[in-house]
Amino acid sequence: MAGQSKLSELFIKCKSENRAALIGYLPAGFPNQSDSIKIIKAMIEGGVDAVEIGFPYSDPVMDGPVIQEAAEVARNNGITMAKTLEIVKEISGTGVPTLLMTYWNPIEKYGPAKFAHDFSDSGMEGVITPDLPIEEAGVWLATAKENSIHSIFVVAPSTGDGRLKDVTSNCSGFIYAASSMGVTGTQTNVANTASILVERVRNVSGTPVAVGLGVSNRAQASEVAKFADGVIVGSAFVKAVLQNPSDPATAVRKVAEELALGVRER
Amino acid sequence: MLTDQDIAGKFGQFGGRFVPEALIGALDELERTHNEAMSDPVFLSELAHLNATYVGRPSILTDAKNFSKHCGGAQILLKREDLNHTGSHKINNVIGQALLTKRMGKKRVIAETGAGQHGVATATAAALMGFECVVYMGEEDVRRQSLNVARMKLLGAQVVPVTSGSRTLKDAINEAMRDWVTNVADTHYLLGTVAGPHPFPTIVRDFHSVIGNEAREQVLALNGKLPDAVLACIGGGSNAIGIFNRFIGDAGVRLIGLEAGGDGIETGRHASTISGGTVGVLHGTRTYVLQDENGQTVESHSISAGLDYPGVGPEHAHLHDLGRAEYRSVTDAQAMEAFALLSREEGIIPAIETAHALYGAMVLGKELGPDATILINLSGRGDKDVQTAATWFGIEL
Ligand SMILES: Cc1ncc(COP(=O)(O)O)c(C=O)c1O
Repeated sequence: MAGQSKLSELFIKCKSENRAALIGYLPAGFPNQSDSIKIIKAMIEGGVDAVEIGFPYSDPVMDGPVIQEAAEVARNNGITMAKTLEIVKEISGTGVPTLLMTYWNPIEKYGPAKFAHDFSDSGMEGVITPDLPIEEAGVWLATAKENSIHSIFVVAPSTGDGRLKDVTSNCSGFIYAASSMGVTGTQTNVANTASILVERVRNVSGTPVAVGLGVSNRAQASEVAKFADGVIVGSAFVKAVLQNPSDPATAVRKVAEELALGVRER
Repeated sequence: MLTDQDIAGKFGQFGGRFVPEALIGALDELERTHNEAMSDPVFLSELAHLNATYVGRPSILTDAKNFSKHCGGAQILLKREDLNHTGSHKINNVIGQALLTKRMGKKRVIAETGAGQHGVATATAAALMGFECVVYMGEEDVRRQSLNVARMKLLGAQVVPVTSGSRTLKDAINEAMRDWVTNVADTHYLLGTVAGPHPFPTIVRDFHSVIGNEAREQVLALNGKLPDAVLACIGGGSNAIGIFNRFIGDAGVRLIGLEAGGDGIETGRHASTISGGTVGVLHGTRTYVLQDENGQTVESHSISAGLDYPGVGPEHAHLHDLGRAEYRSVTDAQAMEAFALLSREEGIIPAIETAHALYGAMVLGKELGPDATILINLSGRGDKDVQTAATWFGIEL
């Protein structure tokens, strides 16, 4: 698995280009099924290297108001797991590494084995599970491995050193380093806490590290790219969609273009 | 063993910890602090002292001879948690967790509240112990429990109306979790029921066990024998676990939880999580959940804000699967019938939450007959519900 996935190839390629990878997040079915595919494709055209598709969930405790609103819009417009599967298929078909980010209950309800099988069949390469600590992840880790899916867990500034080793040793593809204590969309001085956390991760793991939470513009992307292998941006794309209802695709492409410059300014 | 709850926070297949990584450290610290405190005589005597001199424990047992007529003549014993300071059982858990907060050196507490009883209790303890206090409350509940909103403000708490999702207890918990993720370093999340991630279901149970410990002795002193059944309403399940816990080992005592049936389970508009839900993960724990085929939480419905929750404590899910406890459903209309009867027959206006358990006794008493003894946890008083009840019964204010 590792080394052969498009995701792993991406990190190798970015390293050789001396830059960070840009990972863009948008919720599935936001604002609706067909526009969602167009907008994610525009994000890729703008320069996103990997896509993280979020499954909109009713109780997103890790998300701030912007992504909460998007999830609600998508749910009101009828997003389901089956429709998310179609979106994953479309997006992975472009050749860009495609990941899914979902709270645990939708996977549990779908059935972890069936979920892994169906989504891996559609080209999904990895899953980020923000509310599944490794203690509860035994079944999922085994299932993901069987289906050659990367399991990506979040580490936080509060994660102790011993635990950091345990969590990162269960990650494949990359390690998701939360830039700060907080929910998505929080505006903070990202680089300070994140650089310390990334350094701590590097001491215990050789897996690439991507930083997420609160990165929203070119300057921040550039700051983070100086020490991380990947920069994850979510709320800034969602905001672009919410604020430009007449032409969300163009707005999203512009945001991606700016950020793509940022991850190359080391 | 009946409940292997202390194995990594699991109750059989239920419980556990499904939370963002950022909270793991705080949950570990809380677990450690709680374990140490429960074997520290100084902590236990401070808790006992506050229970005796501030909460008003032990709470009394009332033999409801008039209400008994509506329960097939069965003896009805009411464990009077409504007489506690602040008017419900919620204060038992709050005082315990407030002492843990002090022990952890934290200065700010946050809480979710549905009926407002847990919010009032938390604001009370915060006033007593000098904590900053923020209470998250669904906008819909702010409306239907406005008296309690005013009480919290008078006590110095900040009440934040939550406008997302169903605007009730479920969304208040989401918002409290988001606050906690952000401010975990100096903030304790004082969770108000036996739900949520480990160690909350265990901690909250431990601090409410005083209800059943007292009640079992009181019933034995009065009757010389154990009751036939112990009844309590179920929101998240804290007052129920509190009174059940001491009786779990008494195989002959039936334990019955009454869930909110709203308009009736068959209408889909209800909050009967065990009777009408399926196994899933909500708010950090694996338990029964009201959810759809995509794993999305389905909104619950109940006239009672405190029971209007689409999840339930994991220990109840386990007791149900073991067959040790039974769970029944009581509709809005049935609960309001019991509410009116207890008020008129006994001069006790119960909380609407509690009225669900009272209706359960009306049904069970008829099943068991006049020789039976039924112990009910009278979890709270109805002052907060006067407006809702007046509207229901057409009383002009
Ligand atoms: C009086 C009363 N009883 C019961 C409940 C339900 O909570 P639990 O099931 O945790 O006891 C509440 C909650 O607000 C309440 O105020």
